[in-house]
Amino acid sequence: MAGGIKKFVVGSFDDEKVLFPAVKNVRKAGYKIHDVYTPFPVHGLDHAMGIRETSLHTAGFIYAITGTTTALTFMSWVFTKDWPLNIGGKPNFALPAWIPITFELTVLFSAVGMVLTFCYLCNLAPFVKKHHFHPRATDDLFVMAIECTDKTNDAEVQAFLQSAGAQEINVQMAETGWWIGRYHKEQKLYKEEKGY
Amino acid sequence: MDHQFQLPGSYKKWTYGLIGAGVLALLYGFIMFNPFAHAGHGENVNSTRFWAVLLQNSVFFLLVVNAAMFFICVTTMAMAGWVVAFRRVSEAISSVVPILGIITFVILMAIVFGGRTDIYHWLDKDAVAKDHILNGKKGFLSVPLFTIWSFITILLWWFLGRKMRSLSLESDKKGHMDYETGKKWIWNNTVWASLYCVVFTLTVASTIPWLWLMSIDAHWYSTMYSWYTFASTFVSGMSLIALFVIYLKNRNQLEYVTEEHLHDLGKFMFAFSVFWTYLWFSQYMLIWYSNQPEETKYFIERIGTHDKAGPYKGIFFFNLIINFLCPLLILMKKGAKRNWTLVTVMAVLIIFGHWIDFFQMVMPGTLHEHFTLGFFEFGTACLFIGLIMWGTGNYLSKHSMLAKNHPFLKESMIHHT
Repeated sequence: MAGGIKKFVVGSFDDEKVLFPAVKNVRKAGYKIHDVYTPFPVHGLDHAMGIRETSLHTAGFIYAITGTTTALTFMSWVFTKDWPLNIGGKPNFALPAWIPITFELTVLFSAVGMVLTFCYLCNLAPFVKKHHFHPRATDDLFVMAIECTDKTNDAEVQAFLQSAGAQEINVQMAETGWWIGRYHKEQKLYKEEKGY
Repeated sequence: MDHQFQLPGSYKKWTYGLIGAGVLALLYGFIMFNPFAHAGHGENVNSTRFWAVLLQNSVFFLLVVNAAMFFICVTTMAMAGWVVAFRRVSEAISSVVPILGIITFVILMAIVFGGRTDIYHWLDKDAVAKDHILNGKKGFLSVPLFTIWSFITILLWWFLGRKMRSLSLESDKKGHMDYETGKKWIWNNTVWASLYCVVFTLTVASTIPWLWLMSIDAHWYSTMYSWYTFASTFVSGMSLIALFVIYLKNRNQLEYVTEEHLHDLGKFMFAFSVFWTYLWFSQYMLIWYSNQPEETKYFIERIGTHDKAGPYKGIFFFNLIINFLCPLLILMKKGAKRNWTLVTVMAVLIIFGHWIDFFQMVMPGTLHEHFTLGFFEFGTACLFIGLIMWGTGNYLSKHSMLAKNHPFLKESMIHHT
């Protein structure tokens, strides 16, 4: 597997209000947050974690114009070159009639493409078992996994999480990623940003 | 912080400058175009031009300022909190409805009672008697119905809009509302907003565009027309709100408005441009596809036929480019909707685009190939823009810019897309 097995210090929080300052402090201290697993979408957490803006919508736009081009080129080839038919006396190149189909294919390409890209970015696939840092992350705990390198002193990280208000702290070995390379999240040190 | 706004001198200068230019254009038209000449059959083109331009501008700008009230009512009914930070701005814009309403009503009455058969063909009694189609529409396209319904409509917009505004101003005097009072006040707002929306549906989204604009092409009809008109004016209304919000933000007002609010206003401008295009296309394609002579007439008058280009061909496709392609491609990115300069440019472009859209809705059926886009057309638009600036500025300088006791204010302050 591309990601390899890594060591993580895992801390679980039971309150958003504790989680946010903890995330900021962990980043300020220079530790690398692998991910934070939450039972529901937490507004602004991505910003607090310093994750870069997703490029999923750029991918979506590219899929969409691919759909548009596919529909238009295919229909114009079929109806003007390959098999021209007289339909209701309309010209063979009947652009208005093709717009709905073009629209549908645009939506279809972008939707399907974005779902697959999303799964790729999140390392999700059918039948792939992912490591769970804490089963209650799907219920009522906010689980923060900090990635350890050779230089990290995990006792220190554990103490740090303890002081940040984590309820449960442990060390786990886990495999990350399943695809060719891992979606590498760039991490920046925390700094106050306007508006957050 | 004091939320009272002092109108800066430059604002007043622009307002009176635009009104002055508009009055000058109107006087010019009044003297040069012989507006009271007999409608005739194309002999008095200038006289037709005078009334057609007035009709286009008054109806367009009235529906645009009315859209600001629709926006308030819809967001009230949806329990939307994010608008509270700049809600007073759309209230201020909607306070122009009475002024433009009276002007529009006067113009409509002058057209109907002046027997302007060049504008509304259905006013011609002899033609209607001989015409099978017009005879069938006699009940709806008649002077009494037109007059009474226009009168009731403008009165209801006026009354219900005023009620919504006074409810909002009332909250300033109330002081901080506790949970129960706040709930009651919101409920009160919701009831009046829903009444307004019902009236809006029966007028802007259906009968009013049929009567005021679609009846210019009296033989023709389209079931998309009212929605199309609504979309056109609503997206312009949202652009107008955005313009005022940006202007006031530049003047250090509206302290709680952030990029997040601008982003959402930008989304409205983007989404309703696409919605407008959807209706534009639906109207066009169905008629193109079924190819019925009585329906295609509308488009032949504009874009012409295969052999002969129509006089409005350029305007017709220009309309599609600035109202669809530009907003679609320019406003698509998140960064663009959060860019104050870019949103300003797009808002001006969208308002201009839909003004052009109304131009090509009114002129082909009245002036045919004799249309002009000159001093008189732009001057009249200046008059209405000046009036909107005057009324809005007046309201903003009289009342607090922030609905500070609105129960949803906090939600608007921390708004985050």
